[in-house]
Amino acid sequence: MWLIRVSNLQARRFLPLLGFGLLSVLLFRGLSLDPTALPAARLGQPFPEFVKLELQSGEAIGVADLSQRPALVNVWATWCYSCRVEHPFLLELAEAEIPIYGLNYKDDATKARAWLGQLGDPYALNIVDAEGSLGLDLGVYGAPETYVIDQEGTIVHRHVGILDARVFAADFAAWFPPVSVGATSRARKGSVAQ
Amino acid sequence: MKRILSGPVTGSYGLIVLTLWGWLLSIAAHAVIETYEFSSPALEVRYHTLSQELRCPKCQNQNIADSNAPIARDLRVVLVEQLEAGQSDEQILAFMVARYGEFVRYRPAVDRNTAVLWWAPALLIGAGLIALAFHFRGRGAAVPPALTASETAELKKLMEDDSL
Repeated sequence: MWLIRVSNLQARRFLPLLGFGLLSVLLFRGLSLDPTALPAARLGQPFPEFVKLELQSGEAIGVADLSQRPALVNVWATWCYSCRVEHPFLLELAEAEIPIYGLNYKDDATKARAWLGQLGDPYALNIVDAEGSLGLDLGVYGAPETYVIDQEGTIVHRHVGILDARVFAADFAAWFPPVSVGATSRARKGSVAQ
Repeated sequence: MKRILSGPVTGSYGLIVLTLWGWLLSIAAHAVIETYEFSSPALEVRYHTLSQELRCPKCQNQNIADSNAPIARDLRVVLVEQLEAGQSDEQILAFMVARYGEFVRYRPAVDRNTAVLWWAPALLIGAGLIALAFHFRGRGAAVPPALTASETAELKKLMEDDSL
């Protein structure tokens, strides 16, 4: 009886240390988590149906007009500064023949056309979503966002924020034939990002 | 120096109350001011309940009623439209969850991911009660054994000894 009490007491002395240890593990894990990362509810689902105007041609387009091979859908707007930062990289991807569809999100079409005329147009098509309804169906909550759709038109990946060479290599490259992109965007980055 | 408030004690007390009151008001003032026309008061009540229960995807620790983010405004508009279209609360929540995930609900459904969230408080309280029970039981057992007859006699002697 006496022995058990002593060992109990000794074990008890280490309880705070144990608690501290557990808390440390928990908090340390928290350091490497991204609290702004959201689950993409639309993953694995077909791209939502839509009937919208194309930005440059003014024709009505729908989900059937998206290509039969893996493509990017890039949510952008002229009011979005980060979109300007990622724009040169999108031009590179377009040069590497990766199809990119633009979703011009809650924007002014005239301004959007001027932006593309000035900075270059990487988009195979641009969906005009002035009121943001297609964005809402996709689960967009800001710009830029970039989605990958596969050859069947299923949403297979979503990235929130600026798409650059590093993100592309890590999360996007699996869906596309190997391309050498990013060589120039890294050099440009310093002059554009503020 | 003359005080306007009735005295030093009530004066500082009044100041504290005033500060706290101002604080409360400032919290209430965060809610976005917008006007929506509802066809019935019941819809308006449901609008307030739902808009406080739906979380803004952009500004993560605000509900869509409080947030000024464009996406929160869009979701409020959608909410009003769906309420007026006669959708049930469940249908509206399902619509939001389909697009933004379980994240948009401040009261998420119980599933594998949210089980910890739902059950942890009850488990922690249970664990606390068990720990308390052990603590007090341990204390009861720690009462020293009664004194032997010779010890009692010695104690008595010591107590009565005035020379100490």
